[in-house]
Amino acid sequence: MSARNRISASKTSERVAAVVVKWGFVAVTVALILFFVITEPSFRTPENFFGMLKFIAPTAIAGLGVMLAMTVGGIDLSVGASAGFAVSIAAWTMVIGNQVGGVAVSVVLVCGLLIGALNAFLIVVARIPDLLATLTTMFVIVGLKLIIVDGKSISSQMTLSNGTTAPGRFTADFLWLDRGSIGPVPVPVIILVVITVLLWFLLERTRWGRALFAVGANPEAARLAGIRVQWYRTIAYMGCGLLASVAGLLLAARIGQGDVSAGNSLLLDAVAVALVGVSVLGIGRPNAWGTALGAVLIAVMVTGFTMLGLPYYAQDFGKGIVLLIALLFSFTFSRRRTVVTAGSTTSAS
Amino acid sequence: MTSPSLNALEGHGAGVVSLAGVSVAYGSNVVLTDVSLEFRPGEIVALLGANGAGKSTLIKALSGANPRYSGEIRIGGDAVQLTSPVQARRLGVSAVHQKVADGIVPGLSVAENLTLDDLAQASRRPLRSRGSAFTDARAALETLGLSWSDLVLGSDAAGLAISDAQLVVLARALRGTPQLLILDEPTSALTAAEAERLFEVLRALRAKGLSIIYVSHRFGEIEALADRVVVLRDGRVQSDSARPFEWHGILHDMLGRAAELSHDRGAAQRGHEVVATLDGVTLLPESEPVSLEIRAGEVLGVLGLIGAGKTEIAEALAGLATPLGGSLTLAGAPYFPKRPGHAIDAGVVLVPEDRQRQGILPGWSVQQNVTVPFLRSSSVGGLLTKRLERSRAEDVIDTLSVVTTGPDESIDDLSGGNQQKVVVGRWLSAGPRLALLDEPFRGVDIAARREIGTRLAEIAAGGAAAVVLSSDVDEIFEVADRIVVLVAGRIELDRYADETDRASVIGAFLGAAHPSSPEGAPA
Repeated sequence: MSARNRISASKTSERVAAVVVKWGFVAVTVALILFFVITEPSFRTPENFFGMLKFIAPTAIAGLGVMLAMTVGGIDLSVGASAGFAVSIAAWTMVIGNQVGGVAVSVVLVCGLLIGALNAFLIVVARIPDLLATLTTMFVIVGLKLIIVDGKSISSQMTLSNGTTAPGRFTADFLWLDRGSIGPVPVPVIILVVITVLLWFLLERTRWGRALFAVGANPEAARLAGIRVQWYRTIAYMGCGLLASVAGLLLAARIGQGDVSAGNSLLLDAVAVALVGVSVLGIGRPNAWGTALGAVLIAVMVTGFTMLGLPYYAQDFGKGIVLLIALLFSFTFSRRRTVVTAGSTTSAS
Repeated sequence: MTSPSLNALEGHGAGVVSLAGVSVAYGSNVVLTDVSLEFRPGEIVALLGANGAGKSTLIKALSGANPRYSGEIRIGGDAVQLTSPVQARRLGVSAVHQKVADGIVPGLSVAENLTLDDLAQASRRPLRSRGSAFTDARAALETLGLSWSDLVLGSDAAGLAISDAQLVVLARALRGTPQLLILDEPTSALTAAEAERLFEVLRALRAKGLSIIYVSHRFGEIEALADRVVVLRDGRVQSDSARPFEWHGILHDMLGRAAELSHDRGAAQRGHEVVATLDGVTLLPESEPVSLEIRAGEVLGVLGLIGAGKTEIAEALAGLATPLGGSLTLAGAPYFPKRPGHAIDAGVVLVPEDRQRQGILPGWSVQQNVTVPFLRSSSVGGLLTKRLERSRAEDVIDTLSVVTTGPDESIDDLSGGNQQKVVVGRWLSAGPRLALLDEPFRGVDIAARREIGTRLAEIAAGGAAAVVLSSDVDEIFEVADRIVVLVAGRIELDRYADETDRASVIGAFLGAAHPSSPEGAPA
């Protein structure tokens, strides 16, 4: 039982593999950026730089929500629906309810927390598996949204079914969420950075973050260690609902109307970004910086492809390939155990 | 090779499985070095070694579960390269792994479980009638001398008692008429009577010419069963001895230092101050209430089989479950822990029974595993402090001599015994008032067991109470100052270790099991 033998001349191939796993994604992102910077003059402007980040902010924020659900070993498929719900509710509050932007923001955030609480209730109390519970929630809130808005997109000064004109409109303070900037930095980018830093700090530096991860790693061991497992799972899903509604607010401000189809495409991107985040930097578990970086990678790719003149429908293919590579890094090439989500899939190397 | 009879082996004489210079390395970590051994027909070879000595690695290589070994394995004289368990079985090596539950597919019938390997063979009989499965299943059971009714064969295998499940797995392993059968701690979940039944089966198989590798930590079983004892240490064959076994030497080979077979603990300590009490607590739905005083300054050993109420005692005190009736006190005050956090805050800690499922956080470092119950005291204003975390982890590593490269090593890379030391160590590191350890020595080698035992004596001497709950008489005698025997939710004996002996303790078990003494005999 002495210390186990270690061969000092450790296999070079394994070291190389470790470096590739750790830095591969960063390298790919940097290479892509360099490629577009060199080939596309319009790519290297500061406007484009912030534009890309602004474009990806809602996806990244929803992805951070999914990431939060993943920390407790779960997943949330209702983020896209929640964001779409937020878009319509924000529009409804301002246009039909004739309220100012601040009220709309508050209503939307409360709705996000409630959706998260519903998910938590279904998963924690009713014990429905996370995938199925949040899939159901997705249907329910998409349907509820359509009922509330009569299946229509709500726009400023629209004509209502009784022939009158809607009393309110998208207010300037609300639209500032998209169009405003502090210095050269657009508001959505600031919101994204603030949320990323806060989540990173919460998860990596505080005991509450450690407890969230413990719940994800082994709920029974966490419970026996005195951690209130159900409480932390509830918090994670409510946090996810809140972040999805923030993503919806940014989308609503960008579109400037309550588009009923808004948020539909958000789910896949958000889940992809969170999964990419697991593999970026070779961390092997959900993390805030990885998720944000994954979003940036996708933004660079989409922007670059658009500039190269590739059709919009090629984007999903590109995203799929990125996700596939990320999953290969996480599960196949990494010697470390990856602990990820969706019915608490655990794979050992 | 489809004959269900093992007699085919007789007369061949070539059924020898031999290893020459077999080594295995995981990455840069060499866990098996230059192992050369021979397993002959009609011989039971006990494989002994401390945790991390390389037993599992050797078994994996021999059973095809780890094709990445170097060196040569010969079966019946032919050099073979074992690449998968299926292929190893075809060549005549079958393994039964420690976790019986892993070998049973719940939802399938007992007969289907017995003939499970047929499902994996693509070309053979895509359509299988219930009748043919039953015929095959009965043939498989016959190798063990068993004949189960169609009712049993048709029932869901999930309903089998663990000892019967073990027999199913064993019968399945014998279907391909193996030349070498590998059993990894087959008795760890069995009662003494069930184990004895298994031994009879193994002796009969040996008589038929099968070669058996028997891995166990229980010397009594090996003494009763084995023809040879092979000791592994640090991935090498330390000794290979035939009967009669010289146990002091074998222990020495295993542990690498002077070890005594009978561990002299000195006089049993007597505690005086009562830390916790169970007052009229109903442990099992049908049982009478029991009362028990747990005292500081002594290690209490609660001995009982699965279902005797041991785990219920631990769960009640640790806040995992509310007892069916009665009340608890802690330090003289009423005590109602509603959840584990309450118990931990009150200084009551539990080392749970199932290390993998309830103890460790897979993929986390040793340090993070140590500090997880103590996140509050490892942080300042919610902010985790590296210095506090590290000092606690280093403390645990030092006091229990955990074999690890350091606090940052992944817990997954530690051997089972060292993982257990981390789990035990973390719970004792906070200076508990009452430490409960439920089956803490399961799958733990003797060196780790002694280290844990010593640590328990230390915390008891320091004024805490320690309770070890176990189904192993020898373990209890090794660690406990006071022994309580629990049978079917009732206390049958409560004595200090130096006031009783092994025979009386076992007698308390048997006396209680005897139907003619309904009142039991509390000491």
